[in-house]
Amino acid sequence: MEERPFTDTSYEQFLNEEKIMGCRCKKCQALYLPPRPICIKCGGDEMEWVEMKGRGKLAAFTCIGIGPSFMMEEGFDRKNPYCSGVVELEENVRIDARIEGFDNSKPEAIKVGTPMTV
Amino acid sequence: MKKQRKLGREVAVIGAGMSRFGMFPEKNSKDLFVEAYNGALSSVDKGMDPDDIDALYVGNFSNDFFVHQAHWGPLLSDIIGLVPKPATRTEGACASSALSFREGVFAIASGFYDIVLVGGVEDMSKRTTEEVTEGLALATTPYEMKVGFTFPGVFGAIATAYFAKYGATREHLMNVTIKSHNNAPLNPKGQFRQTISEIMEARKARAKQREQPVPDWQDERDFLRDERANPTVAWPMKLYDCCPISDGASCMILAADEIARNFTDNPLHVAGIGQGSGRGLHAAEDITYFEATRYAAQEAYQMSGLAPDDIQFSEVHDCFSIAEIIHMEDLGFFKQGEGYKAVEAGLTKLDGSKPINTSGGLKCKGHPVGATGIGQLFEVWEQLRGEAGDRQIPIKDLRVGAAHNLGGTGGTCTFTILERR
Repeated sequence: MEERPFTDTSYEQFLNEEKIMGCRCKKCQALYLPPRPICIKCGGDEMEWVEMKGRGKLAAFTCIGIGPSFMMEEGFDRKNPYCSGVVELEENVRIDARIEGFDNSKPEAIKVGTPMTV
Repeated sequence: MKKQRKLGREVAVIGAGMSRFGMFPEKNSKDLFVEAYNGALSSVDKGMDPDDIDALYVGNFSNDFFVHQAHWGPLLSDIIGLVPKPATRTEGACASSALSFREGVFAIASGFYDIVLVGGVEDMSKRTTEEVTEGLALATTPYEMKVGFTFPGVFGAIATAYFAKYGATREHLMNVTIKSHNNAPLNPKGQFRQTISEIMEARKARAKQREQPVPDWQDERDFLRDERANPTVAWPMKLYDCCPISDGASCMILAADEIARNFTDNPLHVAGIGQGSGRGLHAAEDITYFEATRYAAQEAYQMSGLAPDDIQFSEVHDCFSIAEIIHMEDLGFFKQGEGYKAVEAGLTKLDGSKPINTSGGLKCKGHPVGATGIGQLFEVWEQLRGEAGDRQIPIKDLRVGAAHNLGGTGGTCTFTILERR
């Protein structure tokens, strides 16, 4: 059983271990991703870690040519845009993500609803 | 919402001013604020003694980042001679001055002060476009920022979700852009003052003069479809879907209702104020509307006893074309999923049944973020007092107008209803 606190820091540690970890309220079963220390549905403060399967579909996306410096340093620019999006996971929670695998210069061909593996 | 909210005592607007919005290399925040303040002071019909101002509330998002100077309350208070009276800065991203307006209203409603100056300022153009984009992205959520979202990116993503749900397309967004630009030449304080057709003609003339190939756009939509004329910023947001980088300031003078007529026979009453907060894209109830706007609207409608149909015109926070459509739905002007059809049908034009962003909106008037909230209310002030010149709404007995302001990715939203009684 994971004992880490339900914080952004723990969430990122898990991501670095290639795990997408959310949390579930022990009282009302509400699921949260990223994790929260307090349940915003019932006010409960007892949470347990839940690993997401990492499957879902694209809920929203954008292809960006003018981005923050850390993205531009990766080599992206107006001629070579990157794709950021929101993925709706099978567990019915959403995650912000870098989207890979599309031709970002043809965004009109990218479809909301496309299956995704996170 | 548990109960109907009301103010401890009524509050009125007795003066309003706005600097010109635009990119001004030679002006700083103090210069811009003085311009707005002088406008507000001289707009008080019967005149007033600045000594009667009890306090200043001023909205500013991030001059800290844009010009590397924080703590703007006393700096601005000093330049207009208010020191040592209290000066407070409010921050709610692009809704920063809607918050200063609200704080000013509360300060008077509580009975503590009788006359308060509220305003907003932002000085953005001294940074590069890339730097400003990064600075504005500080107001997204940390999760969005980490995966590279920018503001145009967030609203681009919202647009893709809206398109998928309601069947709208980029072609519908063009109607918003064309409508806003049609109002633009009519606003002498705006940053861009040309219609799309005028921009096209100017571009053709310039190409001809330089002996370059003259573009053969058939109409405004053809121009907006041309990737060279209207490049993609963050799909599906193109250049003409996005508000510009701007410098500017705005001011209003608020007074207790019972003394307002000492200063003007034509005060505007604060009929309703609402504010809500929201979450990022991953945690929002739904990506195609803003929970915070709906909450703010409900609060303001309940307080005023007015309904969406009673709002004769409104400024809404069109930081991006898609945003204008969504806000009109959230405010109850049109049904969810039908805002884009209303724009297409011309209902939101200056002479439509529900004129929206008669100022040209953030898209054309400009968006110095901290100044925008009260800048929007300045448009409501001019329209309700019949002082909007060529862009005066052709409705007889214009009585009720409103402004909707959004901060961040919907983290802070406000709705303010002003009424001429």
